[in-house]
Amino acid sequence: MLSKKLIATRDGFGDEIVELGKENKDIYVVDVDIGKSCKTGKFAHELPQQHVNVGIAEQNGAGVAAGLATCGKIPFVVTYAVFGSLRMGEQIRQEICYPNLNVKIACSHGGLTPANDGASHQGIEDMGVLRSIPNMRVVMPADYYAARALVREAAKIYGPVYLRFTRDAIPVIYDENQKFEIGKAVTLRDGKDAAIIANGDTVRLGIEAAEFLATQGINVRLLDMHTVKPLDVEAVQKCIDECNGRIVVVEDHNIMNGLGSAVCEVVAEAGRGQVKRIGIQDQFGQSAPYESLLAMNGITVKNIVESVKALIK
Amino acid sequence: MKDISVQQLKEHAKELRKTALTMIYEAQSGHPGGAFSSAEITAALYYGEMKIDPKNPKWADRDRFILSKGHACPIQYAALGLLGYFDEHYLHELRKEGSILQGHPDMKKCPGIDISTGSLGQGLSCGVGMALAGKRDGKDYRVFVIIGDGELDEGEIWEAIMAGNAWKLDNLVIFLDNNGLQLDGTTDQVIPHLDVCKKLEAFGYEVYDIDGNDMQQVVDTLNKINASTSGKPKFVNARTVKGKGVSYMENQLAWHGMAPNKEQYEQAMQELERGF
Repeated sequence: MLSKKLIATRDGFGDEIVELGKENKDIYVVDVDIGKSCKTGKFAHELPQQHVNVGIAEQNGAGVAAGLATCGKIPFVVTYAVFGSLRMGEQIRQEICYPNLNVKIACSHGGLTPANDGASHQGIEDMGVLRSIPNMRVVMPADYYAARALVREAAKIYGPVYLRFTRDAIPVIYDENQKFEIGKAVTLRDGKDAAIIANGDTVRLGIEAAEFLATQGINVRLLDMHTVKPLDVEAVQKCIDECNGRIVVVEDHNIMNGLGSAVCEVVAEAGRGQVKRIGIQDQFGQSAPYESLLAMNGITVKNIVESVKALIK
Repeated sequence: MKDISVQQLKEHAKELRKTALTMIYEAQSGHPGGAFSSAEITAALYYGEMKIDPKNPKWADRDRFILSKGHACPIQYAALGLLGYFDEHYLHELRKEGSILQGHPDMKKCPGIDISTGSLGQGLSCGVGMALAGKRDGKDYRVFVIIGDGELDEGEIWEAIMAGNAWKLDNLVIFLDNNGLQLDGTTDQVIPHLDVCKKLEAFGYEVYDIDGNDMQQVVDTLNKINASTSGKPKFVNARTVKGKGVSYMENQLAWHGMAPNKEQYEQAMQELERGF
């Protein structure tokens, strides 16, 4: 059963980055005037020597971070997903990924989670854009504890990482003891009738769907595929081999170029299996309640359940 | 400045131009115009001003050199090769497959490149980040950034300029290689920059306005910068001539990104040897 405790994953980032900054003076936060919203206020207050605010100047922020990284710093550029992928996209490509510098891009407002803010602030294509750039890793944690752990993992490994968080509160799934490794899926439930592969704020929908299906005698494997790149190819191949090749992918991202596409690439090359993608239907969002926005795109427990059943038939 | 005469620096600038031209000629590809306009600045920095160690290009306390106008890189490659950052044979491999000397500077391939550049308007931000790191770490290195005048069209340049003032980066020196030409025409035709000195003063910089192809003026400016106690970042409007040193290239837009043929190359080498 899902916890009733709701916390946005941006809070997980905000809490963990302070701990990391205290442990390592080379951890920097580069804010772009939305630090309060992205939960870096505590870091800025407690670690001012490791904090810098470039103002509303994302491109410069990415470049400054690159410069800091050449001097041994581990900067986290902190903004919203839409700006952290597109406004600074070319700077990320040229000055961070091409020279493979140790810069992390940490973004709140992933997917439809800044629901009330409307389409301008809903980053729905960010992971697709960034997974196309060599050297970049792309990660979306599923809850507060996953966010904390994956931020720590991102700091541990050398090179660019894009971390995507939710603006809106989502249920807590894990506890602080759960282990995460970038590039390795977490198996939340095992089963062989079909597989549900989800990430970010849709993992909780996968949990509900899997629990409901179990009551009907359908046992699905549920993977939290928090890392879209490098994808855990082995875990997908196991779904092909062990779950009859029936895979439903769920994501709060455009249906193109995100997790669904990444899984399809593996399945297509394997030449076996079938995938149903559930995600944003290549359309912009609007200001609306978060759950309504998900429903407009079929990102619902009901649709996951029906999609699994359709594959099994 | 190190103990080196203006005349010696002029000779180095001449060698850089000849080496860069030979590279472009051999590659039959590259950008001679903007390389030549920045030759005096490059020579003065590498041979006279910067605290560097060619045998230890990653030395943490070194001065940084950023060619934000990355297409002018043959002039920097010439300096790096002649100073011994890499074996001189690489100077014959510009833009060749597998070469450390890419069409635009690649810090992962070429020793002595402090940041990869090529996409205009981005190098200065990286320099600002390096200067900030130096300040935070209590180091005394400086960061020299050469930007092209066409780069002033880019919004990111102005973002970076504002950050340099905000963080009081007096260890940051920006040279504007102001040769007045960009790819589609004169800067006045494309997007006029008006009075860049007044602009940069208004942005909080200590500003110098010089003939950037006059070595004496470049040296004098660096000496003034070294003596400065203003606490401000520095901006040098280096008025230069695109293609400087080769009669048929000077102020000619066509020589922004074109390689000479054999006859042109030989004429250019003679003119460069004679000097100006």
